[in-house]
Amino acid sequence: MVKSEAVHKSFGRLEVLRGIDLEVYPKQVLCLIGPSGSGKSTFLRCINHLEKIDAGRLSVDGELVGYRQQGDRLYELPDADVCKKRSEIGMVFQRFNLFPHMTALENVMEAPIRVKKLYRSVALEMAQQLLERVGLGAKLHVYPNQLSGGQQQRVAIARALAMGPKLMLFDEPTSALDPELVGEVLDVMRGLAEEGMTMIVVTHEMGFAREVGDTLVFMDGGVIVESGKPREVLANPQQERTRSFLSNVL
Amino acid sequence: MSEITSGPQLGATPGPRPEAIKAIPVRHHWRWVSAVVVLALAAQIAYTILVQAGLQWQVIGHYLFQRLILGGILVTLELTILAMVVGVILGIVLAVMRISPNPVVSWVSWFYIWFFRGTPVLVQIFFWYNLNSVIKVIGLGVPGTPFFLLLGHTNSLISPFMAALLGLGLNEAAYMAEIVRAGIISVDQGQTEAAQALGMTRLLLMRRVVLPQAMRVIIPPTGNETISMLKTSSLAFVASVPELFTRGDQIANATFNVIELIFVVSIWYLAMTSILTVGQFYLERYFARGSQRELPLTPLARFRRMLFTGHASPPEFVAPAPAVPTSEHR
Repeated sequence: MVKSEAVHKSFGRLEVLRGIDLEVYPKQVLCLIGPSGSGKSTFLRCINHLEKIDAGRLSVDGELVGYRQQGDRLYELPDADVCKKRSEIGMVFQRFNLFPHMTALENVMEAPIRVKKLYRSVALEMAQQLLERVGLGAKLHVYPNQLSGGQQQRVAIARALAMGPKLMLFDEPTSALDPELVGEVLDVMRGLAEEGMTMIVVTHEMGFAREVGDTLVFMDGGVIVESGKPREVLANPQQERTRSFLSNVL
Repeated sequence: MSEITSGPQLGATPGPRPEAIKAIPVRHHWRWVSAVVVLALAAQIAYTILVQAGLQWQVIGHYLFQRLILGGILVTLELTILAMVVGVILGIVLAVMRISPNPVVSWVSWFYIWFFRGTPVLVQIFFWYNLNSVIKVIGLGVPGTPFFLLLGHTNSLISPFMAALLGLGLNEAAYMAEIVRAGIISVDQGQTEAAQALGMTRLLLMRRVVLPQAMRVIIPPTGNETISMLKTSSLAFVASVPELFTRGDQIANATFNVIELIFVVSIWYLAMTSILTVGQFYLERYFARGSQRELPLTPLARFRRMLFTGHASPPEFVAPAPAVPTSEHR
């Protein structure tokens, strides 16, 4: 589903990604952990065309991200194509980023109507079902600032799902939440994983990574230090750097 | 030395509420001094205007509701509204152009703002008014060749009113562009990213996500600009547009009651800006919902509080905002 070969990304002089090799298979749940500044979020944003990579190859579903290959030449994708590809990938942010001037229902309906050009009635029914599914069937007409953080993040997940994505990216979805609200968001994510959604999750929730993740990847300094089955990596890290990180976190 | 007499107890009920504090308020002597000084100055000004100047009050009264003056007010309002409509719409377009990734479009916007903000609006009105002296026809292409699409003659296209509207509106657009741009910048970057991640194009996310949120920042200065425009529209005088000030000037020239007509015109401008000020207050109050914990009191509410409590300072107690619905754990 996602294939990354020697992906590099710099912001000015700062090299954030220094060669990421990684493959994500359909229905796989991949958890990315690592200290802040290690490039986890940047890598996630590259997959969704929010950042452009400088070197290497990154492809989603067999198609290059941001470029089109013809012969041995690369052509930059025009904006319209980039938008179309983004619409096939769902993304959930640390700070929720719900649209504050729209109700929960309107937040979820917006993109299906405006981007996918669905009929309003179809989008409405789908949005209601999705909000029901994340446990917010009673909050359809409530504005984001009247919802708790956990509720907002669940609306954000429903909003991403409304586009029918083939891949979901989670960028530290529970880091901005009060501890007692983390569980409700993780429950929704666990449900998604069980239904077979392909997910890449940047997280600090080791418990979630252990129970739900198929693969755990530890990143530091823009490279992948270690990866493997979550239980094995967490219980028996092979690299010294992983050990010291985990001993500080767990 | 202090000693904790009673530590926190689990499930303790609050003790009896102590008696409310009764204290003698601070005396504000300087308020009385300033009141006396202000009264004395006001009396002096009143004497100068009412007695010394020997104004013909019946002339002011006569012209205040005269047909020509009332007609001028209509033209002033028309000019103000239309110029603001041109300014706001063009301003939004210019602001979106200014932050466009297309360098040509962005540069055009920069140049427009530089030019129209950098020259006096009076000069711009005068320019449009006198355009017909150098350009006789307006159209696309080269006049006198087959490659020319005639839109009309300058004289018929640009009436005095149109000259004033162009001058005021195009100038206003440059200022509005900067106001709108400030509003757009004030919207959290995460909003743009979330919209992009959903596959929205730049223009769509601008229209549906960013601009609606920028309104809260854009509205207050736009109200200011409207009030300013109401008065600036008197510059249409140089294009002989029969608005309020032009009418007053014409009557003054015919009757030699210059100061009296200045009074008439000023009374009307003050009346109109006062109405706009009240409107702006309520508009801002409306758009502050959700971003401010406590809405400012309306003047009426403040007056009522002053009557009942003796001072207009902030209240001791404000009813809490509607409670945030508690999360519903399943």
